[in-house]
Amino acid sequence: MLKDITLGQYFPGSTVVHRLDPRTKILLVVIYIAALFTANSAAGYLIAFFCLAGAIALSKIRLSVMLKGLKPLIFIILLTSILNLLYGTGEVLAEFWIFRITDGGVRNAVFMALRIIMLVMGTFMLTYTTSPIMLTYGLELLMSPLKKLKVPVHELAMMMSMALRLIPTLIEETDKIMSAQKARGAEFDTGNLIEKARAMLPILVPLFLSAFRRADELATAMEARCYHGGDGRTRLNVLRLAARDYTALTLGVLVLAGIIVLKRFGI
Amino acid sequence: MDKTAIKIDDLTFFYNSAEGDGAPPQDVLDRVSLEIERGSFVAVLGHNGSGKSTLARHINALLLPKGGSVSVFGMDTKAEELTLEIRRRVGMVFQNPDNQIVSNVVEEDVAFAPENLGVPTDEIRSRVDEALKMVGMYEFRTHAPHLLSGGQKQRIAIAGVLAMRPECVVFDEPTAMLDPRGRRDVMDIIEKLRREYGSTVILITHHMEEAARADRVVVMSDGRVVMDGTPREVFVRVEELDALGLSVPGTVRLMYELRRQGVDVPLAALSVDECAEALANHFKA
Repeated sequence: MLKDITLGQYFPGSTVVHRLDPRTKILLVVIYIAALFTANSAAGYLIAFFCLAGAIALSKIRLSVMLKGLKPLIFIILLTSILNLLYGTGEVLAEFWIFRITDGGVRNAVFMALRIIMLVMGTFMLTYTTSPIMLTYGLELLMSPLKKLKVPVHELAMMMSMALRLIPTLIEETDKIMSAQKARGAEFDTGNLIEKARAMLPILVPLFLSAFRRADELATAMEARCYHGGDGRTRLNVLRLAARDYTALTLGVLVLAGIIVLKRFGI
Repeated sequence: MDKTAIKIDDLTFFYNSAEGDGAPPQDVLDRVSLEIERGSFVAVLGHNGSGKSTLARHINALLLPKGGSVSVFGMDTKAEELTLEIRRRVGMVFQNPDNQIVSNVVEEDVAFAPENLGVPTDEIRSRVDEALKMVGMYEFRTHAPHLLSGGQKQRIAIAGVLAMRPECVVFDEPTAMLDPRGRRDVMDIIEKLRREYGSTVILITHHMEEAARADRVVVMSDGRVVMDGTPREVFVRVEELDALGLSVPGTVRLMYELRRQGVDVPLAALSVDECAEALANHFKA
């Protein structure tokens, strides 16, 4: 059951989207989010929609997978839409009790729902097509100018990749501890919420203990392998921006510029 | 070139006791002196708490002596500016493979040490490939380590150390968590390492059969070296080893019991073949 948990679900592949530099993809997502929040007309949303659809088609990630990712967010999407629906201004379409539904409200609700859905799907494109290691590496490189401000960029990236490395190990460990506790009569699936939470305690305590021990041993092993921070480190796989990265980034900037122009002219 | 790889002189070490504990610190290592020759294969034996792992950690400056000194290829481990060079030349493989693998991809893990050392990218690639081929894991280079078996993981960990091109490798109970097959694979790699690279190997273990394959066996107890010699010299001291809670190899035990029953066989039979031959000779005569 715990084996099903995967963080930052990555679907390996070799499409153009997969091969884009992680830095390019991170920047494109930022541009895309900016574009989504700038767009306030049907035309703007249409452009953003076509960009997203194009990226999904190119990445060959199945639509059902993308939609499945939205499932946990249905509640938030509905809630925001309903709130927007009720608090709009403009011509009144319907009225009951203290609520008033206006055409502006409907418009806002639809746009807000679209905005969230497209925003989430856009960021999914990043995590679905980029391995966690590459993502971390990309973030480290993008944030490296912050080193001048004494932000420990390398350390943060190293912690993130260590966390990613330890997730499968800790999941395995949890499985083992759960089996051991079950063998001694512990029950995890019965009782109310509080009883279930209490049943987790005999899992969490040994899990934390072993996590600390692991962290200690791992740190020793890293030291033994000459780890001494980010200074003078080289890389087995070096990221280089290719022509396709420049093309993608140019396209992204053009789309954002287009949407800003549309907004300016009120189309 | 100096023939000595590691020179340990009067080494004393204790862990600082917990604050406010008040108890005087117990010596984990008590005036240990040891000289290890280049290219030799030394097994360090001892039961839990004998100080053998603590000793191992002094050899690559993970721990620093509280008394005495440790010198590695002529470098004093207390000299801070030499720490990286010492760790590059003395690689260390630990017991639990899960706790020494740092990446989600095999080849990236093997590349970790050369990356830390600032080796150029092209050379990292060739070192990683060479190390993975050496341990027979090349075809797994793009796999995720957590999906491999314990023995395979330990081979990855060894490759990660070999990628530093160390002159000496310290194995700290590398087989303790492995199944028999993983154990055999690791021992085979140790032999290959000596044959092909002429590396100095220090093997911390409590498996007698593994120690029997070394050139020299050092037995530790309560932080001291109590026996030191070839496996042949050490394993015949059956009573002393028994008193230390260490069991001699099965073959030596057999010979020992036979001799106690008055059968005239040589005691030092370190391998099954040797043992069989000695018994055959005895019954022929």
